[in-house]
Amino acid sequence: MKSLGSTRRSFTPWLDKETKPYISFQNVTKKFGDFVAVDNLTLNIYEREFYSLLGPSGCGKTTLLRMLAGFEEPTSGEIFLDGVSLKGVPPHKRPVNMMFQSYALFPHMSVRDNIGFGLKQAGIAKAQITERVDAILKLVKLEEFAKRKPDQLSGGQRQRVALARSVVLRPKLLLLDEPLGALDKKLREETQFELMDLQHELGLTFMIVTHDQEEAMTMSDRIAVMDKGTVIQTGTPAEIYEAPNSRYVADFIGTVNTLEGKVKEKAAGKVKIVGKDGFTIEAATTDQFALNTDDTAWFSIRPEKIKVSRSKPDKQTNAVEGEVWDIGYLGDMTLFNVMLDSGTIMRASVLNAKRTVDDPIGYEDRIWLSFEPDAGIVLER
Amino acid sequence: MNRNWSIFNIVSVVLGFAFLYLPIVLLIVYSFNASKLVTVWGGFSTRWYSEMLSNQGLMDAAWVTFRVGLLSATVATVLGTLAALALVRHTRFRGRTLFTGMVYAPLVMPEVITGLSLLLLFVSVGFERGFWTVSLAHITFSMCFVAVVVQSRLVSYDMSLEEAAQDLGCTPFEAFYKVTLPVILPAVIAGWMLAFTLSLDDLVIASFTSGPGATTLPMKIFSQVRLGVTPEINAVCTVLIGLVATGVIIASLINKRKMVREARIDSKV
Ligand SMILES: Nc1ncnc2c1ncn2[C@@H]1O[C@H](COP(=O)(O)OP(=O)(O)OP(=O)(O)O)[C@@H](O)[C@H]1O
Ligand SMILES: [Mg+2]
Repeated sequence: MKSLGSTRRSFTPWLDKETKPYISFQNVTKKFGDFVAVDNLTLNIYEREFYSLLGPSGCGKTTLLRMLAGFEEPTSGEIFLDGVSLKGVPPHKRPVNMMFQSYALFPHMSVRDNIGFGLKQAGIAKAQITERVDAILKLVKLEEFAKRKPDQLSGGQRQRVALARSVVLRPKLLLLDEPLGALDKKLREETQFELMDLQHELGLTFMIVTHDQEEAMTMSDRIAVMDKGTVIQTGTPAEIYEAPNSRYVADFIGTVNTLEGKVKEKAAGKVKIVGKDGFTIEAATTDQFALNTDDTAWFSIRPEKIKVSRSKPDKQTNAVEGEVWDIGYLGDMTLFNVMLDSGTIMRASVLNAKRTVDDPIGYEDRIWLSFEPDAGIVLER
Repeated sequence: MNRNWSIFNIVSVVLGFAFLYLPIVLLIVYSFNASKLVTVWGGFSTRWYSEMLSNQGLMDAAWVTFRVGLLSATVATVLGTLAALALVRHTRFRGRTLFTGMVYAPLVMPEVITGLSLLLLFVSVGFERGFWTVSLAHITFSMCFVAVVVQSRLVSYDMSLEEAAQDLGCTPFEAFYKVTLPVILPAVIAGWMLAFTLSLDDLVIASFTSGPGATTLPMKIFSQVRLGVTPEINAVCTVLIGLVATGVIIASLINKRKMVREARIDSKV
């Protein structure tokens, strides 16, 4: 059976029609004055899911979290948590904790008191608070800073305090607004795995906003790609990457070559597209493919799925010649920006599987790019 | 910047300060005068201080002033802080401009008018004038000063702190009490000090709104001075100056510490 790559765990409640969503946004719209921040959005999130929101700045991610936490009421539509409407439920009565994008640490309290604040508020015994705060301090590597005030910490340290403060309560639903943005790469990766473990061990549901697609890919069960207050696509990381539903999503996640063309021949499971760049593309399609002959379509293909060769490949379609315009050596792979005769630049990447190359491709060399029919995807919008 | 002070600069600064502080210095010096004549130096003595302490009328007035100050400053601080919160938090309620104007109007209202209008109010309501009317009057006019001080602090206060507290299980009131109040406390205390000092100083409004048995210290001093300045009055004034100066210095120190801390935060971001 063919599938879109390996997944972290076999957890797919969204495919099961019987499973009830844990959180459900139903036709939620949020307006600030005339400005529509969230536009008629419907979204289901399941228990124990690790759900990421990805999208450009200002697309409404924080607003979505704030509505869940109870700081904003939807202008219209309703949000359900575990089947119960959240309408009119004040923030302190929701089984939800949020880590703020601005951290919102209490300046008059030490790191320890900041983290212990919610536990104390919940009336948990002192000894137990100390124990749990100690554990979480260790997790975020801030043991030595427990007595400091927030204004005596660096940006990354403050971010970890904010993370610890929301995580320590182990709420059923944890909302994290860019929790790791200020951390260096190594610490970020460590914390990512800690978060995943924590989520798994405690059976929590996470909803996380991030600008880092790699982070979203690593951690999430599903990703929602947003634009201007709407969700463009929801899916597993592999679905989002390998089967984007639009040029917007394809472009937003990773690098992609998008070639415009017109549908020429259409048959079951495949289509021929005559590209603007003067070569014919033969591509595999799914059953849902709805375009007709002469419609405009876009063929989108990732750089790593393109084959680079000096000699002309032995096929009529899916091959094009161009001149090497730029070379980027990344260590594990090398990127080639190739200018086609039409002027379009395509990017291909070659895995450096060997340490040495016999006949290295250089600047201004003429090379051939080719690909298999199912290496890319035909997009309708 | 030109660091060489010209003669003109020095002279004008000296004259300015002399004009401001010479009378006060003279007053303080003469409060230690042994002579009964105010303007003739008769040697050093603390006689007028002990006489001041045994002057029952003066002491009564001081006690009234102290009580009025304490009560009005406290109530004004509570109301002023609430007004400041309303102004900062609800940026778009109907009639906000009017409300803002009404909160700040007493700052620029001539005291005579405030005093007179309050007097008219008390008379028409049939309120017996005395301790309570003075206190009420002082609350009214010092409240807006507190509101200004607290509001200037709240403008730089991150409201998401309160949201965070609510998120962690606080009711809105608890969030205010446990997070916002401790953070803005220096400004609230500074506001209280200011209100207390204003109440201590006030002569005009108290004269309008006070009644028998509730003579405040400034009123007492003013009436005594009309019969001639005695060294005893100098002593009282010296004590008052000391109190007010201490209050102002403490209030500004509190504010300064807050600013230094904020500057430190800013430089780290
Ligand atoms: N209280 C508010 N009043 C008016 N407009 C608001 C308010 N809060 C958010 N907006 C607007 O709503 C839009 C969405 O804001 P939001 O904070 O949700 O964006 P975001 O996706 O979290 O962006 P970022 O990635 O930069 O954090 C923005 O255009 C913002 O200007
Ligand atoms: Mg945001």
